[in-house]
Amino acid sequence: MIYKDKKIVWIFLLPALIFLIGFLYIPFFMSIYNSLFNITDLAGVDKTWVGLQNYIELFRDTNIHTSLINTAIMMVLMVVFELGLGALFALFVDGVRRGAKFYRTVFFFPVVISATAIGLMFFLFYDYNMGLFNQILMKFGAEKHLWMNESSALYMIAIPTIWQYVGFYFVIVLTGISTIPEDIYESAYLDGITGFKKTIYITLPLIKGVLKSSLILVITGTLKIFDLAWTIAPKGIPNGKTYLLGTYQYHIVYDAYRVGYGCAIAVLIVVIGLGISLLVNKLLKEEL
Amino acid sequence: MAKDLANSKPKNLKLKKSSGPIEQFSIGRIFIHIILLLWASTTIFPLIWVLNNSFKERNTILLDSFSLVKEPVWTNYITAFTRMNIGRAYINSLIISGTVVVGVMLFGGLASYILSRYNFKGKLAVHSLVMAALLFPAFATIVPVFTMLNKVGLTNTHIGVILPQIAGNLAFAITIMVGFMSTIPLELEEAAVVEGCGPWKIFSRIIVPISKPSFATVAIFTFLWSYNDLFLQKIIIRKKEIRPICALLDTIRSQYGTDYGLMCASVILVVVPVLIVYLFLQKYIIKGLTAGAVKG
Repeated sequence: MIYKDKKIVWIFLLPALIFLIGFLYIPFFMSIYNSLFNITDLAGVDKTWVGLQNYIELFRDTNIHTSLINTAIMMVLMVVFELGLGALFALFVDGVRRGAKFYRTVFFFPVVISATAIGLMFFLFYDYNMGLFNQILMKFGAEKHLWMNESSALYMIAIPTIWQYVGFYFVIVLTGISTIPEDIYESAYLDGITGFKKTIYITLPLIKGVLKSSLILVITGTLKIFDLAWTIAPKGIPNGKTYLLGTYQYHIVYDAYRVGYGCAIAVLIVVIGLGISLLVNKLLKEEL
Repeated sequence: MAKDLANSKPKNLKLKKSSGPIEQFSIGRIFIHIILLLWASTTIFPLIWVLNNSFKERNTILLDSFSLVKEPVWTNYITAFTRMNIGRAYINSLIISGTVVVGVMLFGGLASYILSRYNFKGKLAVHSLVMAALLFPAFATIVPVFTMLNKVGLTNTHIGVILPQIAGNLAFAITIMVGFMSTIPLELEEAAVVEGCGPWKIFSRIIVPISKPSFATVAIFTFLWSYNDLFLQKIIIRKKEIRPICALLDTIRSQYGTDYGLMCASVILVVVPVLIVYLFLQKYIIKGLTAGAVKG
């Protein structure tokens, strides 16, 4: 072994460790600590101990209830459409075996665009007067529609999010399919298993691992939605109906200056994220 | 969200063409292509609509947003550059994202080199520390980070965004680079030691050149995340002159929400640099994103 000189180890590791500990670990534990205080300014000067009161408020706050329900609805929508459509398209492309490169380039490109730009784009599509959607309706002689109303607004946030990430899961599942060894397909072909049967009995079971990690990604990703939701519906408009945990936390901290309470919401987000990941892991492990 | 993807080295993405039944044309096949092409058109058409309308005056857009522009009007772009000062925002974004990319590659590269080559006490602990760092959403750390930066007077500065962004991208970078570096055979380094090279020389002359593909993936991703990240930009920077591009876009939306032409032009201006990067470096981007999510 040529790597015996251990002095160098910590010198080379030091910068990375300083960043990780200084900007992720310490702040994270500070957030937990802050959540036990009532803090009314961002500099953290005005600080009074309140114990678990912020957590008790989490249970009472109706906006938290809205955010939780909205986040749950979003999770279901994302799993069904983001991952569902992505996987379906991947199986399609694998089935037709042509144009994989073209579809990959085109489907994937919304992933690299900033969510802010996509949010603004859909904000323009939904616009009552000149929006793309209403102008399409008018082309067909239909009445204009108010897209961002109370009952539909959440779905209007879901659509661009799905639109952006279908390509991502498409590429991941397609890559998973491409790692299936050739000879499995060949022997299946010899056994007369083709087409739809091949997809159900061979392809899908062999990419279970990929589907599982994608599932966890979709779910934890939903908890992190901020940029897009904030651009389309800042402050949970209309009437706080579209708050997600992320956008509500931002509002609480940076508009209402309730910093301690905001930290409690942050802790809630982390706990939910970890909890669901562990749960999905466990459920799917037993099934496999 | 892509930050959650980690581990293992990038894999070859080529689809196998030879397996399965011989290609045949059938109605089913055509039907499938139609569905796929429909989805493809939903990703392309909206952007063309925005591009088209960015060359029109507000009134023309209201009249008919589908009509193709015959004589492009540049007013919206001129407003974006003069009144909104989007040029300044580009420079700010470039300073921030450029520094973040360099920082992540350097610090991440050094750490990855150690983690892929040395055996030392506490290696497992360091490794777990890196992996667990992938789990923190920005919401969970932002308040104390802001307080900290505020205390040392770094809010409303480029560096105030740069530091947390470097930290936020390091864990992903290290997992990708460790995966790649562990696959490099040791022979070259052994020869270098015989020649009397120290660790820094081995790192800079051997490891970095060989690991170029993984550095490229990390660089592109870090750039995209940093450039696209509104949350941090919005919180740390509230001053016009320092504001990067996504924060500017957010301001335009909230202040000029009815100036449709200007908004279309701004969307195009924000998207174009990213689209260029994507079209030229697509290979690395897709490799990086799928690395690790697919373990077979």
